[in-house]
Amino acid sequence: MIRVQTEDFDVAQELARVRRGDRGIGGIALFVGVVRAGAGDETIRAMTLEHYPAMTERELAKIEAEAKARWPLEAVTIVHRYGRLEPGDQIVLVIAASSHRQAAFEACEFLVDWLKTKAPFWKLEDTSSGSRWVEARAADDDAAERWQKESGS
Amino acid sequence: MRILYFASIRQKIGLAAEEVSPPPEVTTVGALLEWLKGRDARHAEALGDPRVVKVAVNQDFADPEMKVAEGDEVAFFPPVTGG
Repeated sequence: MIRVQTEDFDVAQELARVRRGDRGIGGIALFVGVVRAGAGDETIRAMTLEHYPAMTERELAKIEAEAKARWPLEAVTIVHRYGRLEPGDQIVLVIAASSHRQAAFEACEFLVDWLKTKAPFWKLEDTSSGSRWVEARAADDDAAERWQKESGS
Repeated sequence: MRILYFASIRQKIGLAAEEVSPPPEVTTVGALLEWLKGRDARHAEALGDPRVVKVAVNQDFADPEMKVAEGDEVAFFPPVTGG
């Protein structure tokens, strides 16, 4: 299940949705991304997420399909917000449910790593020293690259 | 051909989208990028650094060699920072 929205999400509600009616689930791994209050000495007042609507849905669907091809998953949920967010606000929710914990853990990490480098979202930070586009981090590319190598293809 | 710009590239060019009709010799993403850079100083500056300009053709990530044609939607944007 994929949703891209401005509204906040309720983690408990999303978790209940995943579990409803599925008796094959043995483990659920869940990641929630949150807006930080600061980076270094700077204070972040707000963050505005921009995205490319027509492409976002397609990329997230591809990422979900890739995870399902690699691990035996009972359910996948990705909820990503856009628009103006403030420190402490939730940005993204990823849930991976499987019959066993290892697949759930690995798939959850994979989904987060891949969406950080493939889903067309951009963050504009409004900081104490002005507004600035967040730059892509090499560490995020490395994290995503790791799954390429491990796929063996 | 519909061109879209996002994030810092949109801000530098001052446009979110434009409709263009490049000359017939512009058949690839790379050639289109070069042609767009020739439009004015703002395009040249915003699209100048190939390391930070990513491209999607019809909502799929594209390489410079990829073909483009009339009717395509081509988007230019910096490396993504979601999640």
